[in-house]
Amino acid sequence: MYAYDEIDRTLVNERVAEFRDQVQRRLSGELTEDEFKVLRLMNGVYLQLHAYMFRVAIPYGTLSSAQLRKLAHVARKYDRGYGHFTTRQNIQFNWIALKDLPDALADLAEVGIHAMQTSGNCTRNVTADQWGGVAPDEVEDPRVWAEILRQHTALHPEFSFLPRKFKFAITAADHDRAAIKVHDIGLRLIKNDAGETGFEVLVGGGLGRSPFIAKTIKPFVPGRDILSYVEAILRVYNQYGRRDNIYKARIKILVHELGIEKFAAEVEQAWREIADGPLTLDDEMIEDIRSRFVYPAYEKLSAEPAELRAAAADPRFEAWRKNSVAPHRQPGYAIVTLSLKPVGGPPGDATAEQMDAIADLADKYSFGEIRVGHEQNLALPHVAKRDLPALWAALDAIGVATPNVNLVSDIIACPGLDYCSLANARSIPIAQELTRRFANHETANLIGRLHVNISGCINACGHHHVGHIGILGVEKNDQEVYQITIGGRADEHAKLGELIGPAVPYAEVADVIEDIVEAYLALREKPEELFVDTVKRLGVEPFKERVYATR
Amino acid sequence: MTSPLQQKIKITGPSVVTANRTDDGVVIYRTGSGGWSTELADAAIVREADPARALLAESVADDIGAVGAYIAPVKLGGDGAVIPGNLREQIRKTGVTIALPAQA
Amino acid sequence: MPLVRNGQIVADDFVSVDGDAELPADGAVLVPAARFLAEADALTKLNRPLGVVWPNNRDVAELEPWLDRLALVALVFPTFRDGRAHSQARRLREIYGYRGELRATGQVLRDQFTFLLRNGFDAFDVKKEADAHAFDEATHRYTEFYQPTGDGHLSALQLRKQRHKVTAT
Repeated sequence: MYAYDEIDRTLVNERVAEFRDQVQRRLSGELTEDEFKVLRLMNGVYLQLHAYMFRVAIPYGTLSSAQLRKLAHVARKYDRGYGHFTTRQNIQFNWIALKDLPDALADLAEVGIHAMQTSGNCTRNVTADQWGGVAPDEVEDPRVWAEILRQHTALHPEFSFLPRKFKFAITAADHDRAAIKVHDIGLRLIKNDAGETGFEVLVGGGLGRSPFIAKTIKPFVPGRDILSYVEAILRVYNQYGRRDNIYKARIKILVHELGIEKFAAEVEQAWREIADGPLTLDDEMIEDIRSRFVYPAYEKLSAEPAELRAAAADPRFEAWRKNSVAPHRQPGYAIVTLSLKPVGGPPGDATAEQMDAIADLADKYSFGEIRVGHEQNLALPHVAKRDLPALWAALDAIGVATPNVNLVSDIIACPGLDYCSLANARSIPIAQELTRRFANHETANLIGRLHVNISGCINACGHHHVGHIGILGVEKNDQEVYQITIGGRADEHAKLGELIGPAVPYAEVADVIEDIVEAYLALREKPEELFVDTVKRLGVEPFKERVYATR
Repeated sequence: MTSPLQQKIKITGPSVVTANRTDDGVVIYRTGSGGWSTELADAAIVREADPARALLAESVADDIGAVGAYIAPVKLGGDGAVIPGNLREQIRKTGVTIALPAQA
Repeated sequence: MPLVRNGQIVADDFVSVDGDAELPADGAVLVPAARFLAEADALTKLNRPLGVVWPNNRDVAELEPWLDRLALVALVFPTFRDGRAHSQARRLREIYGYRGELRATGQVLRDQFTFLLRNGFDAFDVKKEADAHAFDEATHRYTEFYQPTGDGHLSALQLRKQRHKVTAT
């Protein structure tokens, strides 16, 4: 956990006061909606179909139990008793009133939570591997750098009115859990041959109407230079990014239109102007931030405790353990993923009661810490293996132990037309139906790792382009129809999926997905060949033939 | 941003003007008497471009009271009931098509 | 549109002169970029305060040779959502060392004042009367800043480092 100091607390409180004043001026008519819209968006407030939606940042996906309880409190007091975890380590409340927002923000500020820049054409919440600090395969904790970037980008005077939104993601592990290749800037923390910490910097990734996989702009930027280097990227983008067409305004289009070499040369030039200036980090500055990340006092524990051996007799426990428990860098401990994808439930939602219960379990079993992943699940990052059976029973009781992590029913979905004013089609009921079709754990396990991602419009909040199976809802003649892609992925081998055939109506989507999965089971070489690898080996055609032959 | 008043108005059937209430975001409909109602049944119905434009203009003018006013299609039932003209408007009127998590 | 300079509402002593209009007999003048570039030599030799309105899609590096002879650079916000002039301002101040008046013009609203000040603006053509009167309040809302800019505030990182030193000694 990062512990706020007086500077952080003061700044967040000052932001709350500023927003309170802005809301008051809007309600009194001093600000027009046109003026206020930009201001509210910069603080995470959208207007959706039924109400305002309030998006709160969970920087790099790390929460304390006190923070999670406060989110539950906001859900209960100002909303309808639940929240929705998004693909960018945010939580959204769907029914909040504008007049209550300043109070909700003030409550959140008490525990160091804010909504700064969770929307708007500015630098957004900095996301990172949700297993930062505990993953066995990481170079070092990426959250230290994510926090440095969070601070640097918060209320940045130069970059609060960019051509379009701007998203950072950081990973420090071999396996990319932060989807850095589909971000405006992706940072991969590495060590060079001299053992120096730095970053491979990627730029121009993004989904939406024109999806692009990010390209490497510089293979190694030393840690001390990272702020000045991203400042240079942002400065070039702020000046040259297109502002004439909202769909061409993201940095990915600028990079694409200029070409990565030319863009890199512009950045290099801008960087020369500011490198070695006040943005250069020294060890003391970095250590100051690092020192405020509190790590648990782990005990020396058995990697194979008796409790675990005893519980292995319970097939339900074993199914969950094999699915949802991951190795931890500390022997005797594990990372536990909490599935927010129950059969028949909306992906990523948690009730206030669940949040409170999870906060209590975090206190009891995970040193008071919770993580939020871009797959819309939660995690308890420091669980002693001996506690796994007891924890499982408690998680099962509150409905967050569905053993479907990374399986076909672990669906990523945007809110879709049920909530969102941009959506053309519904996402949630499609996801719910799919979780029912694949409710049988044996079957889902047999299918293996398979990511289904659903977006209700081309803006791609459900990351459909990079789902192993991607589902995109569109509207045609007042009807909801869905385009289906296969073969996409969001990890270190990021790739955009390919369209498998004509769009299908709402009622047929689940059937088509079932057919695709059946085709995969028939086509795969061996059970270990994942869906996405079969698509890679065979291409889309054989799937298309099998799925569309009878349609 | 193009003001809604500068956009071309095309109406293919009975329509209403709808928006969200500024202080709490609730869905509202423009009434025939220059106010707003949360009930679609109270909405002023327009059938042609000119009256639609006029209704939209007075709605947009209420910048303090309402946000994002636009023209939405409706259908008229046999008994005179006003029914939302598409799925989006249906969802705005009757709510999400799923069970809310806290109620499930 | 009231002009706020160094925190005070003041009368504008610059007269805007269009593309080919004749310059007034004396006093400070503000000319468009095209005219300035065409007549820069002559204009900068006149013994009167000179300003230029610089569009937000033109590289401020072009102004570099003249900066010590300019009394005013006016940067433009066609809408407050278009933030290009924020970068122009910082480059003028922090890279090219411009010390004259740097004025924000166009759609300049209260909620940008702090950002504008931090980026080096010291004069503001404020769109709304009420915002001009609220200048002092709006620009004292924040006491802590995360980024180092040319405005002299220490960034949080710098401040913490300084505090460590104080604690250590």
